[in-house]
Amino acid sequence: MKILVAISNVPDTTTKIAFTEGDTKFNHAGVQFIINPYDEWYALVRALELKEAGKASTVTLFHVGLADSEATIRKGFALGADDAVRVNAESPDSFFVAEQIAAYAKEKAYDLILVGKETINYNGSSVGGMIAGFMDLPFVSLATKLDMDGNTATIEHDIDGGTQVVACATPLVISCSKGMAEQRIPNMRGIMASRSKPITVVEASADAPLTNIKSFALAAGRTTCKFIDAGNVEELVQLLRSEAKVI
Amino acid sequence: MSVLVYTETAKGKVKKASLEATNYAAHIAKQLGTNPVAITFNAEVAQTDEIGKAGATKIRNVKGDAYKTNDAAYLTAAIEQASKAEGAKVIIIPFDITGKAVAPRLSAKIKAGLVAGAVDYPVVNGNALEVKKNVFSGKATAIYTINSEVKIIALMPNSFPVVLSDNKAEVTELSVDLSGVSSRIIIKETKSTDTAGMVPLPEAELVVSAGRGLKGPENWGIIEDLAKALGATTACSRPVADMHWRPHHEHVGQTGIAIRPNLYIAIGISGAIQHLAGVNGSKTIVVINTDKEAPFFKSADYGIVGDAFEVVPKLTEAIKKLKAAN
Ligand SMILES: Cc1cc2nc3c(=O)[nH]c(=O)nc-3n(C[C@H](O)[C@H](O)[C@H](O)COP(=O)(O)OP(=O)(O)OC[C@H]3O[C@@H](n4cnc5c(N)ncnc54)[C@H](O)[C@@H]3O)c2cc1C
Ligand SMILES: Nc1ncnc2c1ncn2[C@@H]1O[C@H](COP(=O)(O)O)[C@@H](O)[C@H]1O
Repeated sequence: MKILVAISNVPDTTTKIAFTEGDTKFNHAGVQFIINPYDEWYALVRALELKEAGKASTVTLFHVGLADSEATIRKGFALGADDAVRVNAESPDSFFVAEQIAAYAKEKAYDLILVGKETINYNGSSVGGMIAGFMDLPFVSLATKLDMDGNTATIEHDIDGGTQVVACATPLVISCSKGMAEQRIPNMRGIMASRSKPITVVEASADAPLTNIKSFALAAGRTTCKFIDAGNVEELVQLLRSEAKVI
Repeated sequence: MSVLVYTETAKGKVKKASLEATNYAAHIAKQLGTNPVAITFNAEVAQTDEIGKAGATKIRNVKGDAYKTNDAAYLTAAIEQASKAEGAKVIIIPFDITGKAVAPRLSAKIKAGLVAGAVDYPVVNGNALEVKKNVFSGKATAIYTINSEVKIIALMPNSFPVVLSDNKAEVTELSVDLSGVSSRIIIKETKSTDTAGMVPLPEAELVVSAGRGLKGPENWGIIEDLAKALGATTACSRPVADMHWRPHHEHVGQTGIAIRPNLYIAIGISGAIQHLAGVNGSKTIVVINTDKEAPFFKSADYGIVGDAFEVVPKLTEAIKKLKAAN
């Protein structure tokens, strides 16, 4: 069983965000990039666990991005992925990314395609569902548990108002959320091995993106916090009623 | 031409996010000089009436058992056929859990550009629509331009209040051909979350949330009392869910769920950036914390520096008094 894990390269959560070129571009200067947490901790680690348990043969990373995201791919290698494909293009458009993954995966017949719940930069939550749409595959979203028995996947996932356990024969697409696996730290052997693992670079195979970002703005911060004395909670209640008008 | 909106019902009622999306679709239809049409699944009269009141002038109801499990493969096929039948130029989908599976699949199927998680009305610019959404987990917003012929906007729940009028929609059935669709997903077990009669967190307008400052699960009584007095839903920080002090579905933040209630009261929560990512869309934030240097105060509208175990019960009493007086 072959697993493809889509990883994206995102600014570390605690990064201060800034924009350039008249607020039309994200400012990369001084920003620490990481593998999107959902892709690394949940999708990739669970894929590696399935391989270690003898339930998967290979774990391939897929990334759409420019050469500067190679460090992110190597981190995935250090954790244990076997090889990687990088589409040499930059795009914040989930449709464009999904198109690349679907085009490649169609040829190579992967059994499982794992993506993260969402990227923490553009927050699309869309790539998984789009890949499934392009390839006419079943899609199970927000998976919190995944196990394989032969070619049948058993998945626990969040649904509106609860959770559900489903079974589905491969191939399928799954978006991964908290619960699937625990974060891992690469060991020395993994880091050494990561340097020589192969990255196949391919050119993008699609038309122009259907959406593009016209401009960014930093979120309007709250003005200032109004402090109320701990002994005077009635004042808070009054403010919530007459000033904020929320109760 | 039309603006098509996908709506869902649950437990016999139209979901709040669907009513918001219908209002939104009606607004855009007016902007574009066309009609708002809703697609419903196995809807009853009371439900189509309500979608009419939210502004749809026409409703296409689809019947069939295939839709009952909310499998996106079937729902998407039906929306695709409805959009062709109605000549939809813009399709609105509530960006809740089902919508997050449906909107992207539809986008890929019909090659329509999608903005996932819109928080404002679009601006019409020639043939394009410009739509605002949150990016960088709430640290910024971006204006996306959708250039494709058909456009999909997935609307973030709780972005607009629901407004109902006495509008009536014309309801007709839509028969959908599912012969080309197969789904191999087999449902083994479904568990509904026990929300103890509270409004589900993603829909809640009032939320009382607590963190590690509460010291242990046995102390949550004061949080539940406050929530009850307000008619609010309870939430928690991630470590609290990780330690099983509270159920997993209450966890808000970057790895939990993102909410945008009118009022978010954070008690004994430090305000880590990953926590803020899930709650900074709240309209009003109140923070109660013993540490006046807690980072959460920088993102709060109102703050009380004090011990939760003293302040919260007093706050509950004050709320009860206010409610009794009205
Ligand atoms: C990638 C990543 C994703 C994450 N995702 C999330 C997420 O989705 N959601 C989330 O919440 N966290 C998330 N975290 C964890 C986050 O960084 C914080 O560790 C967490 O939010 C802290 O929880 P807390 O505020 O409850 O606890 P603490 O940080 O321990 O804060 C407890 C607070 O309680 C106050 N306090 C103590 N006693 C009292 C008292 N008697 N009365 C009042 N106040 C008191 C203290 O002053 C302190 O400010 C994530 C972390 C990472 C790295
Ligand atoms: N540039 C990219 N390259 C590879 N995978 C990606 C990329 N962008 C997003 N993904 C995958 O798609 C998931 C959802 O992304 P999004 O729809 O953009 O929120 C991510 O968690 C990744 O698994």
